[in-house]
Amino acid sequence: MNWLPEQASSFAAKIDTAIWFVTIISLISFILITIGLVYFAIKYRRRSDNDETPYITGNHFLETLWTVIPSILVMVIFVYGFVVFREMRTPPADAIEVNVTAKQWLWQFQYGNGKSTINELYVQQDRPVKVVMRSDDVLHSFFVPAFRVKQDLVGGMYTYLWFTPTKVGIFDLYCAEYCGTGHSAMLGKVVVMSPEAYDRWEKGEEAEDGKAVAALPPDQLGEKLYKERGCNACHSIDGTTLVGPTWKGLFGHEVTMADGSTVTADENYIKQSIIEPQAKMVKGYGPVMPSFKGILSDDEVAAIIAYIKTLK
Amino acid sequence: MANHTIAAPLYVPYLDKKGILSWLLSTDHKRIGIMYLISISTFFLIAGISALLMRLELIAPGKTIVDAHQYNVLFTFHGTVMVFFFIVPGLAASFGNFLIPLMIGAPDVAFPKLNLGSYWLYLLATILLLIALLKPADTGWTFYTPYSIKSGTDVILLTTGIFVMGFSSILTGLNFIVTIHKLRAPGMTWHRLNLFVWASYATAILQLLATPVVGITLLLLIMERVFGIGFFDPSKGGDPILFQNFFWFYSHPAVYIMIIPAFGVISEILPVFARKPIFGYKAMAYSLLAIALISFLVWAHHMFVSGISEVAATIFSFLTFLVAIPTAIKVFNWTATLYKGSIQLHSAMLYALSLVFLFTIGGLTGVFLGALAVDVHLHDTYFVVAHMHYVMIGGTVMGFFGGLHFWFPKMFGKMLNEKVAKVAWAFVFIGFNVTFFPQFILGTLGMPRRYADYPPQFHSLHELSTIGSWILGIGIFIMTVNLLRGLTNGEKAPDNPYNSVSLEWQVPSPPPHENFEKIPVVTDFPYVYGKKNSQED
Repeated sequence: MNWLPEQASSFAAKIDTAIWFVTIISLISFILITIGLVYFAIKYRRRSDNDETPYITGNHFLETLWTVIPSILVMVIFVYGFVVFREMRTPPADAIEVNVTAKQWLWQFQYGNGKSTINELYVQQDRPVKVVMRSDDVLHSFFVPAFRVKQDLVGGMYTYLWFTPTKVGIFDLYCAEYCGTGHSAMLGKVVVMSPEAYDRWEKGEEAEDGKAVAALPPDQLGEKLYKERGCNACHSIDGTTLVGPTWKGLFGHEVTMADGSTVTADENYIKQSIIEPQAKMVKGYGPVMPSFKGILSDDEVAAIIAYIKTLK
Repeated sequence: MANHTIAAPLYVPYLDKKGILSWLLSTDHKRIGIMYLISISTFFLIAGISALLMRLELIAPGKTIVDAHQYNVLFTFHGTVMVFFFIVPGLAASFGNFLIPLMIGAPDVAFPKLNLGSYWLYLLATILLLIALLKPADTGWTFYTPYSIKSGTDVILLTTGIFVMGFSSILTGLNFIVTIHKLRAPGMTWHRLNLFVWASYATAILQLLATPVVGITLLLLIMERVFGIGFFDPSKGGDPILFQNFFWFYSHPAVYIMIIPAFGVISEILPVFARKPIFGYKAMAYSLLAIALISFLVWAHHMFVSGISEVAATIFSFLTFLVAIPTAIKVFNWTATLYKGSIQLHSAMLYALSLVFLFTIGGLTGVFLGALAVDVHLHDTYFVVAHMHYVMIGGTVMGFFGGLHFWFPKMFGKMLNEKVAKVAWAFVFIGFNVTFFPQFILGTLGMPRRYADYPPQFHSLHELSTIGSWILGIGIFIMTVNLLRGLTNGEKAPDNPYNSVSLEWQVPSPPPHENFEKIPVVTDFPYVYGKKNSQED
């Protein structure tokens, strides 16, 4: 079976070769020890309580041999790991920079052309990308297995990693540093586009899998955004209470605030909760929702409202 | 029930006085060792059940039995209890306490009252742990900031419990170092010490020097939560990576506190059941010290992608490979001990051999993680989870179970049912591998750790791992029942059922309070088996 993900970055193959190198050395060592243990345990099994055994306390030659050989092997592995690592930490000067901000529990990407996306990182095939990253709250970690890259996002400092995507496609992005309740829901996608598709995307036509998204009816667009913009990390649609209130039956419902006052969850309330989440918090929930101001367009907010209306 | 006359002992065994106070107020190192043994075994089983629940949740995508927050509480509980209440005190506090004075020919440890005090600190820590369960933490056992500062769960009580437990560890380490230096019997030179004593010595150095760092670190975290000082909080100008450096400065040596005593245990078991001296005694003794010393220099290999500089990462990767070398030496020497031996596959021997086999896998997978470019892909994935469990279960727990089966007659004066013990071993060995080997593959495929849920492509490997956990659980259950039955119904044990030449077997089973009627004079190391032994007869 396949035990490594597909290779979708320019240095994935190098890392895989390093992994294979260590695997082969480990397998040989493991097989030697296992053969030793099993063979000796069988060949020298006790035959009588008076078996005579030789008084062997050690062997200087063997001791030296199995000190020197492992030392050489581990040094070779160290150098190999270091050399590939150096390349992984040296972004090319012409890499496109994308700013990444992680917050509980979504990824925000800001591009050089002013565009901003949530949970989906759009990059062009065969062009190096450097992500400059920081966290807005707790530790997170940007991990794309298909590219073999990973780096933590820390508050108060910038970290980075770079890669050149080699295949068109959509690749999983995971948060790899435990960050609380929504850690395993903090999923993203890296969308690698051909140069033509990337060009169209840059110019403002949403292109994902080649399909234009603008043509979707608002409630279907809202459903798509629910899944892709991180809403589903905290809000269920089936009545379950997660970190945030469920959307099922929300629209038109009377909502109680912490101070006991009530408000109807109409279009204005929902829009305000998206842009200023702490303004009218529902009783019993904490102030953890990030603001989507500047992240979701007015059309997208309208689409989400339309979707919530369908959830009776 | 065995039908034989039980002769009244001609001495007073240490188990004679009954009643809970006679235990809780006893300064006898043997009773203290047994009390630790009961405590750590209880926490091992409780934390083990939390693991079964975690694996049950992960048997399929989506919620199975718990939601994400409850899962996070479970894995925090599992890690914290296993690390701080089972495996760190572990073999040192239980076997170390029971065996060190016996093995060096002493009547007790250097500071028996301090020894009892150490156990009371452990008990106090467990009380704090239990209270902390009212609002259980969800930070992970590593308490990384800023999340551990912000989490609404009760972090302070839990970390206070660990802080108190730390003192139990420090004082035990101090006690053992002084004991081994000062209380050896006449003729017991350093090169005639049991390797278990060498291992306890190396472990004690780590306990004494490393534990204060985690104590202070947790204290700083508590101060962060209470006073908002900002050591580790970026919004106040603090540095989360500083926490990681402090934390791992202890926690890396801590993993050697976990494994080195188990290395000591199997170095005792293998010669007895192979009827051969341990191969390469000096190399085995000094490699323990080398591992302990180098262990202080490698902590940031847990932090290669945390935001530390590439120079720092490179230095720590290099140092990490150094610690592999003395460890490899030990594996080769254990294997060579079997050469031309007369090998009896007693259950203790099965566990000892399992350690050599499984720890080899665990140790080799550590090499993957020490290599920089490889670690970038594997860090924080299930590969690390598999690696750590291969070294902790495949290493320490195998040593723990082996030691239990080996010294059971000495500690309790009863024999265990060998057939049932072997059946339990088979379930444990198979179940362990079925649980954790698939997790290496989950890791290389990119499955992150500490995930309450996962995408469908990881389903079949998780399902296999969960089934393995049931097999492992059955094995531990059978073993536990067998041990309890041995305590109540076991046949009376001879003083030296395995014909060991080591000092602890030259006293009755169970030993008297004062250990030795007369302090022995030692003339050789405790592995004289084979031609030399028969010549001396």
